[in-house]
Amino acid sequence: MTTELKFNIEGGDFDKAGIASSATKKVLKQLSIDPKVVKRMVVALYEGEVNIVAHTYRGEITVSVTDHRILAILKDEGPGIANIKRAMLEGFSTASPKVRQMGFGAGMGLPNMKKNADHLHVESTPGVGTIVTMTFDF
Amino acid sequence: MNEAVKNDFKQHVTKEEDEMKVSELVKELNLVVFSGGEGLNREITGGYVSDLLSDVMGNATEGDVWVTLQTHRNVVAIASLKELACVLLVSSLQPEQNTIDVSNEVGNPVLGTSMSTFEIAGLLYQKIKGVQ
Repeated sequence: MTTELKFNIEGGDFDKAGIASSATKKVLKQLSIDPKVVKRMVVALYEGEVNIVAHTYRGEITVSVTDHRILAILKDEGPGIANIKRAMLEGFSTASPKVRQMGFGAGMGLPNMKKNADHLHVESTPGVGTIVTMTFDF
Repeated sequence: MNEAVKNDFKQHVTKEEDEMKVSELVKELNLVVFSGGEGLNREITGGYVSDLLSDVMGNATEGDVWVTLQTHRNVVAIASLKELACVLLVSSLQPEQNTIDVSNEVGNPVLGTSMSTFEIAGLLYQKIKGVQ
C-alpha cells in the first residue's frame, strides 16, 4: 500500500517553511512508522524544504511511503548547484546575508540530509534547478 | 505498610519529583510566557543553546529547552518538529507576531528572560541537571 504526499513550495516564503515537513510528520505518525525513522526523516526533509525556500524560485516535494521505505523527491526551479561536492561540505553556504541573519545558511543543510537519510542523491543543472532524492528504510 | 510497598511508593514519588515541567521553570526563573500557554505542562529533559537553525535541527533533543535570540516563526516550526519543550528568548527580546500566532496554534511555548544567554544557560543547566 502506498501513501503519497505532494507539496508546492514558494521560494523566499520563510513563513511557510516547514509546512511540508510538519504535514509529512503527522502522516507518518498516523501510519505508525518507527519513531526513530520519523525523527531522521523530519530533519532531512525540513533541511531540504528550507533549501528550496532559501535558494530557489519554487519547488515541489513528493513523499511516497510504501511497506518498508519512504521516498522523498525534492525538485526545484532555481539557480542549481554549481559544485555539488563543495555544497556537501559542512560550513559551506551560498545563502544571502538576510537568510543568514535568521539563523539559516550555516552550511549544514545538505550534511544534515546526508547524515539522516539512508540514501541521498543530488543532481543539478546550473541555471535550471536541482533534484534531491532521499530514501529512509524501516 | 510493609517495606516493599514503602519502597515502591518512595520510588514513585522520587520519579515524579524528577520530572520538570515548563510551568515550574517559568515560576522558578521568573520567565515571561509570550505564547503557547497550552504547552506549559510539557516535560523538560535537557537544554540546547544555539542561534543556528540547522545546528538545532541536527543536534537538539526532544524535551530540550531551546535558548536563542532568534525571534521569527521558524523557531516554533523547529521546536515543534523536534518536539522541544519550549523556546526561550534571551535579553528581553520579544517574539514576532506571527511567531506568537504559530506558537498558540501548535501549543509550544515561547518564553522570555531579561538575562543574557550566558546567565540563563548557567541557571538552566543547574536546574535541569540538578533535578536529574
